Amino acid sequence: MTGHTEEHEHFAGSNKLFTSIWIWLVLLTLVEIVLAYRPMAIHFMLTILLGLSIIKAALIVAYFMHLKFERLSLILTIVPMLVICICLLFVFFPDSFRSHALRYEFKETPPQPAMESH
Amino acid sequence: MSTEARAEHFPAADWDGGVFPYRVGHRKLGMWLFIVSDSLTFSALLIGYSYLRASNVWPTPFPFYPSIVFSSVMTFCLLSSSLTMVFAVSASSRGDRARARKWIWGTIFFGLAFLVLHLIEWNHLYSEGLRPFSLPAEWVARYAAPNGPLPSPLFGATFFTITGLHMFHVFTGAIYLSVVAARIGKLKHEDVEISGLYWHFVDLVWMFVFPLIYIMSVDVGAH
Repeated sequence: MTGHTEEHEHFAGSNKLFTSIWIWLVLLTLVEIVLAYRPMAIHFMLTILLGLSIIKAALIVAYFMHLKFERLSLILTIVPMLVICICLLFVFFPDSFRSHALRYEFKETPPQPAMESH
Repeated sequence: MSTEARAEHFPAADWDGGVFPYRVGHRKLGMWLFIVSDSLTFSALLIGYSYLRASNVWPTPFPFYPSIVFSSVMTFCLLSSSLTMVFAVSASSRGDRARARKWIWGTIFFGLAFLVLHLIEWNHLYSEGLRPFSLPAEWVARYAAPNGPLPSPLFGATFFTITGLHMFHVFTGAIYLSVVAARIGKLKHEDVEISGLYWHFVDLVWMFVFPLIYIMSVDVGAH
């Protein structure tokens, strides 16, 4: 190590910056809670919620986990492979629409569900 | 000129060995790789949950009180714990270990508050009759589609698995942080920072669990 001793490591970002990030995170959470009670199509709501979650995750990773201040080579090693792997996990997702279409429909009156709890 | 400073000047030297190509120690790199693999675990669980949800009749049973109020306060606790943790790392970087230790204890306090609230919330659902493989009878009656299938009994399985695994991460994180707080005099700054990475990751996962499990299952009285 050169220049700085172990007692004074470089850690970018002031407490003021971190507090403002925290305020943003709390505000975005409040937006999510309000959204829950707005009448809207489920796909629309899911898109907005996931968008907000990704923004919140990015704020946490960039500032709290300090990735924004790390070397670009570290960011490029970690982030793209994670994003690609998560996208690959969606490969089987369209199958859920097939199983949805295969759901059993009762032709006559549905059986009454058992009322006693387990 | 030290090896590291030389590497700053001549990037090609990164691959000659004896330097840190990423400018982080091997332990911190290890924690990042663990976080990547753990992210995939949670992604797989959340995508599996979404799959089940898309292919079944799914109950949306969470009332404003207690479920949404509790989960929102829990979110607030975790976000605040992340803030206190980043203050701890910041204090540790200035060499102020006493203050860093205090902030870490604050982080553990918020983490434990999260756990207690979460267990109370689980208990609400358990006493309503939710089990991993069966729904409360009222939910079955309420969410059964007319002339269609009954709601999926896997609601409880996905709920308890995902929130349970997250709770386990908070629990182990609290233990990890208390060890770091107790031994902070002997640890390097980077060790404190690594424990912070783990804690922020636990917070990050909740940022996806909370909307997908709780907000998407709010009871808006549409049925």
